[in-house]
Amino acid sequence: MRYLTDRKRAIGLGSGSSGTEHHWQFMARSILMGLLVPLFIVTFGLGLGGTYEEVLAYFSRPLPAIIMALALIVGLMQLQAEAQEAIEDYVHGVAGKLTLIACKAFCYTLMAVGLFALIKLAL
Amino acid sequence: MVQFTLPKNSTVRTGKTWPKPEGATNVREFRIYRWNPDDGENPRVDTYFVDMDTCGPMVLDALIKIKNEIDPTLTFRRSCREGICGSCAMNIDGGNTLACIFGMDEIKADVVKIYPLPHMPVVKDLIPDLTHFYAQHASIMPWLETKTNRPAKEWKQSIEDRKKLDGLYECVMCASCSTSCPSYWWNGDRYLGPAALLHAYRWIIDSRDEATGERLDDLEDPFKLYRCHTIMNCAKTCPKGLNPAKAIAEIKKMMVERHV
Repeated sequence: MRYLTDRKRAIGLGSGSSGTEHHWQFMARSILMGLLVPLFIVTFGLGLGGTYEEVLAYFSRPLPAIIMALALIVGLMQLQAEAQEAIEDYVHGVAGKLTLIACKAFCYTLMAVGLFALIKLAL
Repeated sequence: MVQFTLPKNSTVRTGKTWPKPEGATNVREFRIYRWNPDDGENPRVDTYFVDMDTCGPMVLDALIKIKNEIDPTLTFRRSCREGICGSCAMNIDGGNTLACIFGMDEIKADVVKIYPLPHMPVVKDLIPDLTHFYAQHASIMPWLETKTNRPAKEWKQSIEDRKKLDGLYECVMCASCSTSCPSYWWNGDRYLGPAALLHAYRWIIDSRDEATGERLDDLEDPFKLYRCHTIMNCAKTCPKGLNPAKAIAEIKKMMVERHV
């Protein structure tokens, strides 16, 4: 129990002086995703159904490989930002911080694995 | 972790059913949340029957009639009876509103269900504890801040600049919006909520106020402002027809304007 005034309780630790950058990046990535997702569906769809050699040849072309890489990076960064919002909303305290770290680690690992696979296919 | 279920001592039970008024032909059923901190009992929902032929048209009229004629222990806040003071905000028929301006003809169901504003500590029956809500309002400095020396007559404002305050100054701080906001439910300790943010924008956009930068600095926080996910419950429920979500969006636009 703490004897705090109502005002002190409402102010808490004051302003975190952040949030706008996260918000702006979120908006910018949303617009990027709007462009990237249709491109990703088209390029990925064109590569589907081929033999191993055909898929290798397809992803060694610059356009499908770059679109795939961009979709992977931007998509996973957006996923990470979305998940961060949900975690901050619902999981508080130490559990929240640990979940955030796990979420970031998961997204960055997925990004690294995806990019590694793509580079292996493209080169 | 947020709490999705009620603790055992907060589980709502079925309460007392009061007798129907004798000889009445036009009777309406009211189920009202009751909780008394002094008896140590769980909250309950009491059932009342009101003779609508001798009752006013608003939900507050029925509540006053119940208190005067059936159960004097029923506790609720009320004052102006015309939607100006914001005292009688409560959850009626599943939505937060002011009992004094909410007509009983607006309720489609036969039974009128009345609860206190959701997700707030209850003082007694239909009275929520709004201490933190008011403290949050005070924290946004709801007054004109100026640095220029006081003018000889008055702080002037153009008609166009005054118009920017329309849709903002009308807020009566009834807390209907904040208590309908899921973000405020889960993070009400840190998120300011729609009402306080609407008031913050009212002073940010005021052409006479000279603390715009400081006000925006103070709001720049992942929780104070950015817990708003544009759910829009606030705009849907506001009994005065205001749009706090739009005010919050305007603050976010100003924040981006400062950065980019």
